[in-house]
Amino acid sequence: MPETTTPAGFPSLTLVPKADAPQSMKDFKSDQEVRWCPGCGDYAILAAVQSFLPELGLARENICFVSGIGCSSRFPYYLNTYGMHSIHGRAPAIATGLATSRRDLSVWVVTGDGDALSIGGNHLIHALRRNVNLKILLFNNRIYGLTKGQYSPTSEQGKITKSTPMGSLDAPFNPLSLAVGAEATFVARTIDSDRKHLQSVLRAAAEHEGSALVEIYQNCNIFNDGAFDALKEPGTRDSALIRLEHGQPIRFGAGGGTGVFRDPESGELFTAEVTEENAGRVLVHDAHADSPATAFALTRLADPQTLHRTPIGVLRSVRRPVYDTLMADQLAAATERHGEGDLAALLAGKDTWTVV
Amino acid sequence: MTSQVEQSEAAADSPPVRAGAAGETVPVPQAPGEGASPGGAAKQVRRLDRVVIRFAGDSGDGMQLTGDRFTSETASFGNDLSTLPNFPAEIRAPAGTLPGVSSFQVHFADHDIMTPGDAPQVLVAMNPAALKANLSDLPAGGELIVNTDEFTKRALAKVGYGADPLQDGSLEAYRVHPVPLTTLTVEALKDSGLARKDAERAKNMFALGLLSWMYHRPTEGTETFLRSKFAKKPELAEANITAFRAGWNFGETTEDFAVSYEVAPARAAFPPGVYRNISGNTALAYGLIAASRRSGLPLYLGSYPITPASDVLHELSKHKNFGVRTFQAEDEIAGIGAALGAAFGGSLAVTTTSGPGVALKSETIGLAVSLELPLVVVDIQRGGPSTGLPTKTEQADLLQAMFGRNGEAPVPILAPSTPAECFTMAVEAARIALTWRTPVFLLSDGYLANGSEPWRVPEVDELPDLRVEFAREPNAPDGSGDFWPYLRDEDTLARPWAVPGTPGLEHRIGGIEKQDGTGNISYDPDNHDRMVRLRQAKVDRIAGSVAPITADDPGGRARVLVLGWGSTYGPITAAVRRLRADGQHIAQAHLRHLNPFPPGLGELLRSYDRVVVPEMNLGQLALLLRARHLVDVRSITQVRGLPFKAEQLAAELAEHIEETNRDA
Repeated sequence: MPETTTPAGFPSLTLVPKADAPQSMKDFKSDQEVRWCPGCGDYAILAAVQSFLPELGLARENICFVSGIGCSSRFPYYLNTYGMHSIHGRAPAIATGLATSRRDLSVWVVTGDGDALSIGGNHLIHALRRNVNLKILLFNNRIYGLTKGQYSPTSEQGKITKSTPMGSLDAPFNPLSLAVGAEATFVARTIDSDRKHLQSVLRAAAEHEGSALVEIYQNCNIFNDGAFDALKEPGTRDSALIRLEHGQPIRFGAGGGTGVFRDPESGELFTAEVTEENAGRVLVHDAHADSPATAFALTRLADPQTLHRTPIGVLRSVRRPVYDTLMADQLAAATERHGEGDLAALLAGKDTWTVV
Repeated sequence: MTSQVEQSEAAADSPPVRAGAAGETVPVPQAPGEGASPGGAAKQVRRLDRVVIRFAGDSGDGMQLTGDRFTSETASFGNDLSTLPNFPAEIRAPAGTLPGVSSFQVHFADHDIMTPGDAPQVLVAMNPAALKANLSDLPAGGELIVNTDEFTKRALAKVGYGADPLQDGSLEAYRVHPVPLTTLTVEALKDSGLARKDAERAKNMFALGLLSWMYHRPTEGTETFLRSKFAKKPELAEANITAFRAGWNFGETTEDFAVSYEVAPARAAFPPGVYRNISGNTALAYGLIAASRRSGLPLYLGSYPITPASDVLHELSKHKNFGVRTFQAEDEIAGIGAALGAAFGGSLAVTTTSGPGVALKSETIGLAVSLELPLVVVDIQRGGPSTGLPTKTEQADLLQAMFGRNGEAPVPILAPSTPAECFTMAVEAARIALTWRTPVFLLSDGYLANGSEPWRVPEVDELPDLRVEFAREPNAPDGSGDFWPYLRDEDTLARPWAVPGTPGLEHRIGGIEKQDGTGNISYDPDNHDRMVRLRQAKVDRIAGSVAPITADDPGGRARVLVLGWGSTYGPITAAVRRLRADGQHIAQAHLRHLNPFPPGLGELLRSYDRVVVPEMNLGQLALLLRARHLVDVRSITQVRGLPFKAEQLAAELAEHIEETNRDA
């Protein structure tokens, strides 16, 4: 179990008080019985988060999880931090109020594909473009679980469900394309079953100053079992998964035999077998590139039906002023300019008269 | 000009003290600016006890600004006053059309008054559309100041005038002052270097100058205002001041204006103190800032712009040096969501909106009921349903505030009765929200929001102490050392407010039903029944902190009680004065707490033979009163987007009195 790291490792959390003593996973387990279906991917994510949080070394009482509605949104009940299980889709808005009024808190949002992308799509994109200091964990299982199995905004087209017996008509959202388009400063993807990778992405998100969107592929073993098997099965995962690492050539497949290249004519990305001749032209991943163009192109590599060529890891991580900080700076600037507010002077205003 | 007094709505609106209507000559007032008054024949000055003036023009003509300035001059002079701005929802409706007419009515007096006046005695019409839209409100004998420059064939045709009303004798019943306002303004500004088009825009200041001369208004305030408003464009400041002075001097010199009027300060109307003029929305914003100061909690406003509530957002945004955070959200839902998040974090949280926004916020208000967190929800009501009449007033959100949520979700409701009272009631809303950890509705309306009146500025230390105690220690009665977020205070039934950052009190709350005490998720039938009843009981207990309602019933001989809520206070009071001046008996009471009702309401209702409730809706309070107290309340309703007229209300109340007497 990793113990408290240096606060400097998490610049987004410098205002959050630190724990007095090293913490362990059990410090973050609440006394509530976990009530997800047996075998749900949410268990793995919960365990990964509980065992990751001690790494932050933050005072537990200064951590807050806010969720919406859906299976994933029960998450806060199982963490021994402050938490709010709110209403459908609104967690980013509520968390925005909390984060912007309390910069001494580490605020996390737990949401799902229906909560974040359907009913709450508006709040998600606006939190991202504002760059509020929120870490948004989007559990994407490509199905509605809590309402028992209707298709979701990330379900593949043609999905047969109770509400779409002849197949769904909707083209799915690509959550990471949406996030990049919404000016998100941090965009990443990981998988429930790969705890090491999941925690490395959580760490990067926690370090990031501003909004972080982490899409977590999460298996719903009741209504959409095996949705991500292509990324998990030994026979397919090597060819399906592209593990991104900043500063490294983007190679995947058996022995890294396939690479991602940019077409010099169109600028489009494509994948091809790596040869001695082309090895030098394999795209080197730059998560910190100012332009979102390549990050967006990477989000488009995956085939939404088969999930082949799915990049995981941090696609984009750039610096931009954080909304909470800007808001606090305005208060400080106003106070510097006009002095601390004088209530009596405010109420009287400039035009008074006296009755004796 | 006696007509100004005789036709007055205040014939009963005012005490019977009246200065002689006959003119008495007093010294001519000093002209503004450097130039002393030019010679010319000494003009007559007459004393009036009250005047109602309406400025009307195109929505781009600056009528609201003109009215505001005249009001400020009047306030600083010490008259009592009441205003009624009336403008279209379109920012610049097509010029010269009837839908584009914007007006501002101001009523000022040497005694205390209750309304902006049923009808103007003086109408300033900047164009034919303004004349056509407003003339029917001007009683015969009224004074009419018309900008003749705008009475072109084309402009007349645009509003359907076949002939020029200034020429065809149709205005014979009025005292018409035809003034080429545009030409005179351009002439006054010919050395200013401004293009003609820019010079023309100052014609509202010319009109203001003329009216300021007519009514002996002090002028320094307007000049200071113009210098500050155009600080970055001093040439515009000077041009507007020049036009303003030219208007004053025009009144002084031209023979058409032979008489000017004095309305003495309303000294007797005001208890000693420092006064200012204030609009409802400004007062409401100040009340929230005051509540923040008095509670020691930072103010957090989550809001989305909507007419007529946006001015509260604008006002609060100016006061960041009071630690006020204003968050303009992506929509109404996010506005209240952010506020609720801030409430969880320990802020004094507020969201501001109007009726359509309340509809969007309903689910989050329900969540706040369930979370039991303090939250002030300000609804500046406007005409509905749907988009309705965005810039007009109505009181039709009462039942939405009362019942507009799923489940049993009681929310306290308050309503200010005058613009200045928006301050007091904002503080009261914060008191209730903080003490009982509940969302609270504050129902203002468009009439209060934009109307203004003199306000005695309170001393800061006479405001209520709103300090709250956050939970600091584990509280579990079982000695486990746990924190129970729903363990209630025995007196108030409020739950503890434990804000993130408090060690040892980590807890989770949500919209799912909670176990009494521990706050853990519970689907237990008995527990749900208990929690529903506890939340209702908590809101009901608020009544214990509110003063019992009393009626104003001089002599105790009234058999009819008129009961109002919200902004109908002014017209109802004016109507009651009118009836009493006529020797009739009527009792009056006014509700500021709509949920729960104040103590003593049932007894009060039952102690009169008839209870009459005027409302700007189809009888929403009446419905609640009938349901709660089984009293056969009679309604007087109006949904015209405008406040009641005192005269009409008095007539209807008189019928109720007569019927009651007949039945006896």
